[in-house]
Amino acid sequence: MKIVACIKQVPDSAAKVVAEDGQVSWGDAPLVINPWDEFAVEAALQQKEAHGGEVIAVSMGDENAKEALKHALAMGCDSAILVSDAALEELDTQGTARVLAAAVQKVGDVDATFFGRQAIDGDAGITPAQTARVLGWPMLSLAAVITVDGGKAKVERSIEEGRQTVSADLPAVFSVVKDFGEPRYPSFMGIRKASRAEIPAWSLADLGIEAPASVIEWPELMNPPSREVTCEIIEGGSPEEIADTLADKIIGEKVL
Amino acid sequence: MKTFVYIDHFKGEPLPASWEAIGVGKTLGNVTALVFGSGVEAVANSAFEYGADEVLLADDTALEDFRVEAYASTLSAVASSQTPDLILFPTTTRGRELAGMAAIDLNTGVLVDVIGLEADGDKVVATRPIYAGKLLEKTICNAKPQLVTLRGRAFPKPEQNAGASGTITKVEAVAEARTEVVGYSTDQGGVSLNDAGVIVSGGRGTSNNTALTAPDGMDDKEAEIWKAQEGFKLVGELAKVLGGAMGASRAAVDAGYIPYANQVGQTGKVVSPDLYIANGISGAIQHLAGMRTSKVIVAVNKDPDAPIFKVARYGVVGDMHQIVPALTEAFKKKLGK
Repeated sequence: MKIVACIKQVPDSAAKVVAEDGQVSWGDAPLVINPWDEFAVEAALQQKEAHGGEVIAVSMGDENAKEALKHALAMGCDSAILVSDAALEELDTQGTARVLAAAVQKVGDVDATFFGRQAIDGDAGITPAQTARVLGWPMLSLAAVITVDGGKAKVERSIEEGRQTVSADLPAVFSVVKDFGEPRYPSFMGIRKASRAEIPAWSLADLGIEAPASVIEWPELMNPPSREVTCEIIEGGSPEEIADTLADKIIGEKVL
Repeated sequence: MKTFVYIDHFKGEPLPASWEAIGVGKTLGNVTALVFGSGVEAVANSAFEYGADEVLLADDTALEDFRVEAYASTLSAVASSQTPDLILFPTTTRGRELAGMAAIDLNTGVLVDVIGLEADGDKVVATRPIYAGKLLEKTICNAKPQLVTLRGRAFPKPEQNAGASGTITKVEAVAEARTEVVGYSTDQGGVSLNDAGVIVSGGRGTSNNTALTAPDGMDDKEAEIWKAQEGFKLVGELAKVLGGAMGASRAAVDAGYIPYANQVGQTGKVVSPDLYIANGISGAIQHLAGMRTSKVIVAVNKDPDAPIFKVARYGVVGDMHQIVPALTEAFKKKLGK
């Protein structure tokens, strides 16, 4: 199988993110591979291990995003491609999907494209479905279990109501959820290989497309209103006494 | 503003967030509800009861199961011929993907998981959380139709007006079968975290019950998980008395105490219930991001310096294994259960 794993670089989930002068600031927190995308890479590598072939990690971003690609290489991806172009700054998800779809087409003969369920910065979670739509491929989203057999894929999807089993012909786009199982750690050999890897950068000209127009704008960025709460510590002589007072307080809030 | 509202349902069972979306649509003018499925006229009738002025109904066996490609093609065809200014969806797994694909077909964009919406001429300005709610952004869509998915419980649910009716207009389904639904297995019937008005959560502290001795023959890790599961039983009993759902911190999920479906936080579910009770949860920034907008937060933790107390309205510095069962008993008595 020829597999593409689409990944994004984001500020670490432990970062204290604030709005400063209308810009997102994450202080000195590190940039890392989007945590959801590690599951996508893991799922892609497992398919390769089961069926042979190769996994190509693709990321759209600036030069810094090469670090996320190196993480994917260290996990075991065979090669990596950075899609980078000055015209891609401030691109919305629709535009991102068009660029990623063009990259998948340029890679050529791809059987499966894997995404994480969403990126922890923008939190939109629609780029995988939009990329599938641009490619005209079936979308197998929120996959917790993936089986591929003879050009056909079957997934168990994790949805609000439980698990749904869906099948489709390849090529297909997958998005992977955490139930899939823990992603592997990069191996020592993998890290050494990744540190020496040459990662090619593809521009829009390389992809043979014009810069997609962004239809979404973000005129304002705000810190959430601070919660003015003072915590009232409930005390008492026994757990029962504390529980009794606390239950009265909660009932008094009229939220039940 | 010509407003359509997509009514999300699972096998004919509408999700309450769909009615909230009708409520939001009504603040902007008349609402046309979109109901797609097979044998779903009852859903259309419910839409009138929650305020829809008319319904466009695609009722076709080709739409039997929700398959996003067919639904997206049906939606795109309706939107192309009827040219609404705005289409609202609930932010469900289905709503997100449907809006996302339709945006590609219609050359427009989606404002996802919106928690505030105001009209500006024939445009809407949406407020949405990013970085799991660590930040908010205002965002607009410069193409038509503007597609917006609304977060559940962020907007009031309109009153149900039993017996209200209106005109149902049939629209054509576009059959597009790229995927095949093989089957379902549904959850044990618990309350889903997204819809829950009350959430009772447990963290790492669930495994710290010194009064418990694990059964013989378990290694340390198995004993730890066994103890934690006993702890989560207490959490579950409190949730049950309050008619709520059970949540967990990432630490508890990663340690194997409880399935991922229960995880609240930046890489789990972002929730906003009326009451959130955190037990044995220290309050890592990723967890706080997932629950900080809850109306009333209660924290039970042994460590008086735990960050969870900084967002809590009420706190108990103590052992959750003693406090939680006592609280369950207190509520049983006071709520007459």
